[in-house]
Amino acid sequence: MNNKIKKLIPQILTILFVILIFGFFTINAQVNMDNRGIDFGFGFLKQEASFDMQFTLLDYDGQDSYAWAYVVALLNTLLVSFLGIIFCTILGVIIGVARLSQNFLIRNSAAWYVEFFRNIPLLLQIFFWYYAALRALPLPETAEPWFGVTYMTIKGYYIPSMIWENLNVFLSCLIAAIVSIIFIRIYARKLQEREGKQLPVFYISIGLLIILPLLSFLIGGVKLDFELPVLKQLAQTSFIFEGGIALPPELIALVVALSLYTSTFVAECVRAGIQGISKGQKEAAASVGLNPNQILKLVIMPQALRIIIPPTTNQYLNLTKNSSLAAAIAYPDLVLVFAGTALMQTGKAIEIVGITMLTYLTISLSIAALMNWYNKRIEIKEK
Amino acid sequence: MFKHLKQLTSLVAMIAVVFAFTTEAMAKKSKTLKNTQKKGFVRCGVSQGLPGFSNADASGNWTGIDVDVCRAVAAAVLGDANKVKFTPLSAKERFTALTSGEIDILSRNTTWTLSRDADIGLTFVGVNFYDGQGFMVRKSSGITSTSQFKDGISACTNIGTTTELNMRDFFNSKGIKYEPVAFEKADEVVAAYDAGRCDTYTTDKSGLAAQRTKMKNPNEHIVLPETISKEPLGPVVRQGDAVWEDIVRWSLNTMIEAEEYGITSANADSMKTSDNPAIKRLVGAEGEMGAAFGLDNEWNLRIIKQVGNYGESYKRNIADTGILPDRGPNQLWTKGGILYVPPAR
Repeated sequence: MNNKIKKLIPQILTILFVILIFGFFTINAQVNMDNRGIDFGFGFLKQEASFDMQFTLLDYDGQDSYAWAYVVALLNTLLVSFLGIIFCTILGVIIGVARLSQNFLIRNSAAWYVEFFRNIPLLLQIFFWYYAALRALPLPETAEPWFGVTYMTIKGYYIPSMIWENLNVFLSCLIAAIVSIIFIRIYARKLQEREGKQLPVFYISIGLLIILPLLSFLIGGVKLDFELPVLKQLAQTSFIFEGGIALPPELIALVVALSLYTSTFVAECVRAGIQGISKGQKEAAASVGLNPNQILKLVIMPQALRIIIPPTTNQYLNLTKNSSLAAAIAYPDLVLVFAGTALMQTGKAIEIVGITMLTYLTISLSIAALMNWYNKRIEIKEK
Repeated sequence: MFKHLKQLTSLVAMIAVVFAFTTEAMAKKSKTLKNTQKKGFVRCGVSQGLPGFSNADASGNWTGIDVDVCRAVAAAVLGDANKVKFTPLSAKERFTALTSGEIDILSRNTTWTLSRDADIGLTFVGVNFYDGQGFMVRKSSGITSTSQFKDGISACTNIGTTTELNMRDFFNSKGIKYEPVAFEKADEVVAAYDAGRCDTYTTDKSGLAAQRTKMKNPNEHIVLPETISKEPLGPVVRQGDAVWEDIVRWSLNTMIEAEEYGITSANADSMKTSDNPAIKRLVGAEGEMGAAFGLDNEWNLRIIKQVGNYGESYKRNIADTGILPDRGPNQLWTKGGILYVPPAR
């Protein structure tokens, strides 16, 4: 009993200490804000934002509220993070595998790539892509088309947009294809467990994915048209492209810089993961008669992933947080729009910085939770 | 024993009451002034480099009409116009720096608006430059008026400024679809516009004129004639220190009124013997003009002698540097402008 109390007292004291510190900071902030005539409150979120944004995924207009501006800016941050994570994963896996290649040239170029992009500060890379690389692009009127229909210019990358007829029919066909593939896979596994037969699941899946949507075009009345970007003259020497989708150079520079930078770290995770599997595993798998594909898919990768996932999660979190460097090059992300313009217009520094910090915390914790769940799924199940 | 205790208590109580009153009386004197005099320098927030307004040369000397406001305050309260510590601030940082107490005067081409004055713990003390928002375009574009703007135009500007809001009002009222590209630093805006990222660059016209001098080839750009907003720029102080507020306000007013009466840095001393009482008050030769601020009587003489009057400051910083040779509305009311300050008496 006495022992228990002895153990409890330091813990209670620590908690009290933490509460006291937080209380002190809260009261300090309150007193000082009162002294300086600053009100605290979140009422401003309902006010009209009255500024415009360069690039938004949802409809946004200056008449909308600060709260909506926050949502739209948050989506811009998520878009950059999402694109960055996809590209850095693809690049990272390729480079990571390339570093283990038998080929001298491939192996060494991959090593150089990693050392080069990993060791230059990210902000500098963003500046390089935005101020040096993308500024060297042609003006719209002198731009040569890429792939015939897209234009890369100093004002952005212009690509055709899709105009669908009966899009819902096409989407239902796609969903039907995916659902049937899932069922076939389950059936194939059962078949293998019961009778030892193997179905060519991969080819069946590809076939379904092509045939069902194709049918929707032929029979379902689905039509797809493209709206091409067309050059338009604004004044004697100023042109833009109209129609299609315009990707602003700020977005491109940011995604390129984030992906290249983070892919080097992902590549190292992948390399570490593959090298972490002992040779004996591969040899043992070969000796029971598995082919090289099966060895990679059934023996090496499941084990390597266990080593790869946790550090890669960190890299995804880093990328998401690093996306706030967008503010340096005018990409309207959460930091530039909400912790920048909105903070300036309202003067609600504590509230807005607080919301922004909480938002990044939430995004990071969500990504971590997702990756932890995935890690749990693939880790060794001990009985 | 108890009797003595009672006496002792009442004595302590009396001392406490007296002490409370004296501290209250002392508190009426400006806290900011006291701190400034203790530190020995005025803490002044300026821009990160806007020629004519606040700009540092290679050796770190700040010049500009915004800088001169802070120098005037330093001359008034410390006796030396050079005792100023300048803090360069971005548009985004400026108000937080002031409200958090990092600086005591914000003199950074800042527009006086209702919401800024009323909402965020700031007080504007006056106007040292009447400005309006305009547009800059490349000469080669052939655009000579904002009426030639078309849908799809991209406009570079700063974030966190009234510019961003005016731009929206302007394009919306004209029904023009535009692409706003907003950077945090003025240099980034200029670089982006200069590279061709944007078709037009919009900010206060004085800012356009000043930034034009930084372009690769200034002659390739023109400022369009239209003015789309009122931008009265002036110094700002924290709310809650009325005496400090008055000191900054009247330092600026002194510079403007000195010009009105023809008092310059060169002739200020000789004006002490002037026949005009208004002039004598401005050079500390008549009345007790400093007492209300807790300053001596020659605070305004020092401003004029060390910094000069408004006209001198304008000529030195804006006219002679070729930014805006024509004073436009920033001329005295007696000469057709709108500079009109309350009398110092």
